[in-house]
Amino acid sequence: MLEIKNLHARIAEDGTEIIRGLNLTVKAGEVAAIMGPNGSGKSTLSYILSGREDYEVTEGDILYNGESILELDPSERAAKGIFLAFQYPVEIPGVATMQFLKVALNEQRKYRGEEELTTPDFIRRVKEASARLQINPDMLKRPLNVGFSGGEKKRAEILQMALLEPSLCILDETDSGLDIDALKIVADGVNALRSPDRAVIVITHYQRLLEYIVPDTVHVLYKGQVIRSGDKSLALDLEANGYADIIGTAA
Amino acid sequence: MNIQTAITMTTAETALVDAYTTQLGDLPGDGAVLSARDALLNALKTEGLPTRRIESWHYTDLRALLRSVPAFDSTAFAEGVDPLVEDSTVLRIINGKASVSGVPDGIHVRRYGDSLVDGVAAADLVERGSDDAIGRINGAFVRDGFEIEIPEDTELARPLELQLVQSAGQSHSRLPVTFGANSKAVVIERHLSTNDAPSLVSIVSDLIVDDGADITWIILQQQGASDNHLGQINFDLGADAKLKLFVINAGGKLVRQEVHGVTTGEDSDFQMRGINLLGGDSHTDVTFTLGHDVPNTTSIEVIRNVLFDRAKGVFQGQIRVAPDAQKTDARMACNTLLLSDDADFSAKPELEIFADDVQCGHGATVIDLNPTHLYYLQARGIPEGKARGMLVNAFVDEIVEELEDEALIEHLETIIAAWLDKHA
Repeated sequence: MLEIKNLHARIAEDGTEIIRGLNLTVKAGEVAAIMGPNGSGKSTLSYILSGREDYEVTEGDILYNGESILELDPSERAAKGIFLAFQYPVEIPGVATMQFLKVALNEQRKYRGEEELTTPDFIRRVKEASARLQINPDMLKRPLNVGFSGGEKKRAEILQMALLEPSLCILDETDSGLDIDALKIVADGVNALRSPDRAVIVITHYQRLLEYIVPDTVHVLYKGQVIRSGDKSLALDLEANGYADIIGTAA
Repeated sequence: MNIQTAITMTTAETALVDAYTTQLGDLPGDGAVLSARDALLNALKTEGLPTRRIESWHYTDLRALLRSVPAFDSTAFAEGVDPLVEDSTVLRIINGKASVSGVPDGIHVRRYGDSLVDGVAAADLVERGSDDAIGRINGAFVRDGFEIEIPEDTELARPLELQLVQSAGQSHSRLPVTFGANSKAVVIERHLSTNDAPSLVSIVSDLIVDDGADITWIILQQQGASDNHLGQINFDLGADAKLKLFVINAGGKLVRQEVHGVTTGEDSDFQMRGINLLGGDSHTDVTFTLGHDVPNTTSIEVIRNVLFDRAKGVFQGQIRVAPDAQKTDARMACNTLLLSDDADFSAKPELEIFADDVQCGHGATVIDLNPTHLYYLQARGIPEGKARGMLVNAFVDEIVEELEDEALIEHLETIIAAWLDKHA
């Protein structure tokens, strides 16, 4: 589903290279965890996959379902099924949450040549999904993410993911700022989306989230490269021994 | 004052002076009204329309900008439209002619034309100062309007819509309104045009908000792209009184809306929210002065501007705090979204503070859309153009949402969305 080949990328504004020859393959149905110390390029990778303009790809390619997505803007990538659950969801005053959800759903459907949802159908979907995620309906009446607690913001991200039904889900430190109950709810939300034709990339610092969202593969990112890949036992190793050993071996 | 030799009159000035001569026999009023009109017209004639050398008109050189004025057109025809909010009480002024019908019990309404005829109105027809071009033009030509009184302790269950529809020519109207003590009302002053023909509309509203009254007044200006609109609203705020004024400009070619107020009762509160949606080659000026004349009064003004094309916008805001007006709390903000390199906005905030124990602040910003907001919306599959539109809408909808009436909010947001769709 996703093939990243020798990717090099830098911050557009000052030219700082963050990703330095990254290779990664994620198959349909797979849950891949990406771990790594601070500053290794994890969040940058998620932004680059989503198409954020602040980063420039200087070398290599990203293939999604066999096609390069480098020339697509963020909205096209989203409509093709790539979804990034943000580490820090953005507050947008003045944009009503329900209106935002409806526009996003329908714009994606339009892009794919599908019929727009009727209002009752839309509302039914939102109600069902938000009930599963234990989201208070009052939250949806507020402007997008405005005044949401950290946990509410993360749940709202998963709600968007559930509604948009992407094929490639990227979770950027979705566990940060969540208490254990909220973590379980969010993990259940993600697990409910696991399917043979959907891939999930979980970016995290900690093993904790991976107890709830059990990965098929684990990749360690360091200085913009994947320096070690393995199965879920690699995450346990890291938890026990830290990154030092692996980094030492790689260097 | 500038020392000037006799001015050479511009086309517009000549047209106004000539129109006065031809209209004179037809303008309502007794002797006192007539001499008040004469005085105003004479001042206009001797001093001409204000230029940029007059401080309060510095960014809106009326003499240069008002290139021509359409002739009075007594044959112009227009019809009223449905009120903005269902079930509102509607009073219409169609092409300058007011009609009183369907006024619910408890509101006293009189045609202003009648007050001119019997001379009661003569005292109103004075200029605010030597820079009061709107007062002069309006006072010289005023023909009709409404004199409205909401008695004390009266709460209007439904909004009162004052609907001014202009199809062509000129109209000059006045709205003296008294809100009695502890009254409560929502008033919508709505200006519409029915076609593309140029027009000149002037409107002067004089509000007295008595002690404890709680009033929302919305000026919704949606005139045509070749219309000139000169508006002035004056208010006097009594003790414990609240006035929320919304000024929404979404039309017109040359627009000047003046707001002049004084707080004369303690613990009164004034709130102004402005939305200027500016496009094409229009020029729109909102000029505001507020005198905090007594202690313990508060005011907040927030103006949001969105500019497209070659539009020009102006906001002048002056807050004066009198020497004994201690504990005044006054804040003013003007935020502008410039969406075209050829558009231009001038903001001039002024604080004149003569008391020492007050809180006053002002801020003016010119911004572009927040790139992080834009990215977030796009990352959910919303194409850039649509995402931009949503953010521009959000920038002004935030202001509208401060209103209490859900139906009113919805209708205003629809008007804003339609305007933005047309111009973006």
